[in-house]
Amino acid sequence: MAIVIVDGKEIELAPGERLNGIQAAERAGIDIPRYCWHPGLSVVASCRMRLVETGTRNSETGAIAMMPKLVPACQTPATDNTVFVTNSEKVERSRAMVEEDLLIDHPIDCPICDKAGECYLQDYHFKYGQDKRRADVRPFTSRRREMGKTVTLFVDRCVMCTRCVRFTREISGSGELFVINRGSDEEIDVFPGHPLENKMSGNVVDLCPVGALGDRDFLYQQRVWFMKQHPGVCTGCSTGCSIDVEENLDTVYRLKPRTNPHVNQWWMCDEGRYGFHHVHSDRRLTNVRRRENEGFVNLEWSDALAEIDQRFRSISRLGAILSPHLTVEEAYLLAKYVRQLDPQAVVVVGPVPVVGEDETFKNGFTIRGEKCPNRRGVEEIVSHFMGRVATLDDLLGGIDAGEVGGVWASGGYKQDWIDDATAERVAAVECLVVQDLFSSPLLERAAYQLPAAAFAEREGSYVNHADRLQSVAWAIRPPAGVRVEAGLFWQLLGVPGLVKARRVLDEIAKEIAFFSAAIDLVGPLGVDLKAGVLAEAAATG
Amino acid sequence: MPKFEPVLLANVGKPNSHTLKVYEGQGGYRALKKVLAESTPSGFLEAVKSTNLRGRGGAGFPTGLKWSFLPKDHLGPIYMCINADESEPGTFNNRILMEEDPHQILEGVILSCFATRATTAYIYIRYEYPLSYDRMHSAIDECYAAGYLGKKILGRDFSLDIFMHRGAAAYICGEETGLIESLEGKRAWPRIKPPFPAVEGVFHKPTVVNNIETVCCVTQIAARGVEWFKSIGVPSDPKNPRDPGSYGPKLYCLSGHVNKPGCYEAPLGITCRQLIDEFGGGVWKGRKAKAAIPGGISMGLLTEAEFDTPLDFSGPGKVGCLGLGTAAVVVLDETVSIVDFLHNSCRFFAHESCGQCTPCREGTAWSLSMLERIKAGRGRLRDLDLLLEIGDTIGIMPGTTICGLADGAAWPIKNAIRKFRAEFEGYIKRTNPRGYMMTDAVEALPVVGAH
Repeated sequence: MAIVIVDGKEIELAPGERLNGIQAAERAGIDIPRYCWHPGLSVVASCRMRLVETGTRNSETGAIAMMPKLVPACQTPATDNTVFVTNSEKVERSRAMVEEDLLIDHPIDCPICDKAGECYLQDYHFKYGQDKRRADVRPFTSRRREMGKTVTLFVDRCVMCTRCVRFTREISGSGELFVINRGSDEEIDVFPGHPLENKMSGNVVDLCPVGALGDRDFLYQQRVWFMKQHPGVCTGCSTGCSIDVEENLDTVYRLKPRTNPHVNQWWMCDEGRYGFHHVHSDRRLTNVRRRENEGFVNLEWSDALAEIDQRFRSISRLGAILSPHLTVEEAYLLAKYVRQLDPQAVVVVGPVPVVGEDETFKNGFTIRGEKCPNRRGVEEIVSHFMGRVATLDDLLGGIDAGEVGGVWASGGYKQDWIDDATAERVAAVECLVVQDLFSSPLLERAAYQLPAAAFAEREGSYVNHADRLQSVAWAIRPPAGVRVEAGLFWQLLGVPGLVKARRVLDEIAKEIAFFSAAIDLVGPLGVDLKAGVLAEAAATG
Repeated sequence: MPKFEPVLLANVGKPNSHTLKVYEGQGGYRALKKVLAESTPSGFLEAVKSTNLRGRGGAGFPTGLKWSFLPKDHLGPIYMCINADESEPGTFNNRILMEEDPHQILEGVILSCFATRATTAYIYIRYEYPLSYDRMHSAIDECYAAGYLGKKILGRDFSLDIFMHRGAAAYICGEETGLIESLEGKRAWPRIKPPFPAVEGVFHKPTVVNNIETVCCVTQIAARGVEWFKSIGVPSDPKNPRDPGSYGPKLYCLSGHVNKPGCYEAPLGITCRQLIDEFGGGVWKGRKAKAAIPGGISMGLLTEAEFDTPLDFSGPGKVGCLGLGTAAVVVLDETVSIVDFLHNSCRFFAHESCGQCTPCREGTAWSLSMLERIKAGRGRLRDLDLLLEIGDTIGIMPGTTICGLADGAAWPIKNAIRKFRAEFEGYIKRTNPRGYMMTDAVEALPVVGAH
């Protein structure tokens, strides 16, 4: 067993484990300040902030021999008997020097900088910096250059860690960013006519340890210390990137990738990152309405639910369209509801939106053409109830044959999801309930229109393309007039109390073999359901 | 000291010395033929290793040892890079060799490639040397025509191609790994080591980087033998088993305030005073010397009292300089202001810092801005302490940078202020009588760039 000593604490490495000094120190609960090092990028060891002392311990005598000079922790491998000292006076002095150096050219315009509050330069200055400026005071400069449609550069705030440059070379593979000039005149720039416009460009803003790269979508919208972070899952495509939804007072201001080695590592695409604005769209439905004569009248939720329930009970054959935007729990509850009223009810997967083809980047990150988060989860729910993955065509067949009398259609799509002809065929039923975010051809033909919740308002689980289930909590409350589906279906089922997604997932995990791995607590990285299915098969067979 | 017969410069100055015909007439390429006929790559490598030949590019790393770090029985290609990006201020010996005696270089390159089993060599040449570029190019063409380059050289199972690469005028390209990055077509940001170039260099393949003068020494070792080489210079210190000694002839570039500046060949270990008096004809205009740069500006300063320091690989280090460097001696006479000298030095390094590591990028620029202010008559005594603090904290010696450029920037600051502090203090007090005791941060002056 290899042992590494960090500030006197011994850490054991697993066999074959390769860590650098920063990672070994993290194990010991010690944070080594860093600018240029990022676990997802190549090591350049140029910021010199994370210099530490290192040495080796003689495994026989226990004597420790230290190296005379400082070494970068990011570049120094932690092997058996490596000793790291991260808190000596020498180390602290070198950190103070780097902080002082970085602030020579920095405009120190924190009051007007978006990064203030989550800025490494700020944090490290308070921790390691000197309290007085010794370098000559420079005239204030704050040059701004647009790098592309999504990212802007505040040239003077840059600390030249080159994380963004390495990102475009190593991760997105597009290589737009580079360093111009030399020495202290260095700046990040793009070639004329070749702006930063790859589909992962927003990540460079997350990577930037200081306020140099600004997100044009988020710029000057909110101070970071007002926002709360809620672990979520991106619903833009079936990759299902782990994200943090950052909101203040029920307004989402930005989405940021949440590290998940099984899904998205440290990244997310621009489509997902900036694809949350529909949550706060003016066009969102907020009224419950019933068709009357040529128009619609508004209803109270309680009246509407009672009416729908009553009408559905009088119809012999029911159908439900489970949108791939629903969570696993919601899809299960809705299916259970229609099956409770009609044990033969037809439950189908709603249309799966596909735009273009899968797009894979240099490091393997993939933006999927399938623009919904939960096709796999809903499919498994449907096949549990139907014995197979029934699709909208199956339901349309039943409707055309006059067998199905009532349909509950859940939408929740950002984009158009049903055409007029299909909508016309669905609308042939006696009682059509449509629940959606935005108006659609189907909604126009509905007997009851119910507003749906958006992703940031839902609680529950999504299963991505690779059968990984991730559970999320709601980040914001829905706008007035909107009720989140889970609670709604819970009420329709007549179960007492408030809905709790975890309780529903427990029931699903016990009932449906595919979800059996979710019986235990689902951690922030989610669970691999495929592994659970294999384990189940091994145990039973 | 007995009169030393130049070896490396033997052909320099002769008519058409750069042509193959003249070089062969002087016995050129005979050593190559002999080594290829009689020796094996490992045999020749061992011979070079036993001479303790130390690299002439500045760091003085033993060449044979460097070659022996290459992986044994490597299946892929091994590359040889010849560093002709001679940009250390005061240094011009490579230029003279390239312009006057390119075949001596090429013979050394071929021999070095034979020893290291490299089949491709790149000569990275400084942009500002157009004549060198042309001469080297035509010499390579002559070698291909004569069968010294190409496939199956002189009938042996040994092939070699040499390519010239012109730099774009950056000092940092002279750094071993900066050169490699530049050769690969990238920004010349030195690489972090390990891996060392011998393991992973150009195009991720094992690579040796040698200086022009070093490969010329290889030619002479092949021609004259190990014993001849070890009979010249300063033997290794018996008390220090790790000292490889300073053997062989060395080209000293003498410039500045001397009567006869030029490139002179002398055995390693000649003192600075001997060089100035015997070769340079003394300090010019009958003046006295004040100081001298021992080996390129980055090595620091010798005061006049330290002129008896032997200019071998360990000599300048004993009097607080960084080392021998490129052995480019620049003499400053008594009229030179050390403030001006340091300002010029800081301006050079601030301009040439590649900007990768924070301490060097900001430290060199900060020291320049302080020197600008001191020169403008607004200096403060506190600035000297700040300058010394910068000098003591940047570089690979304290471990705060990737490459040695910062050490080169630090040494002139440290040496100038420590050895001439009274002059600095006098200058500051005289030019800023009201403010020299101030300690608060003051307004920065606009800095005039090097170009």
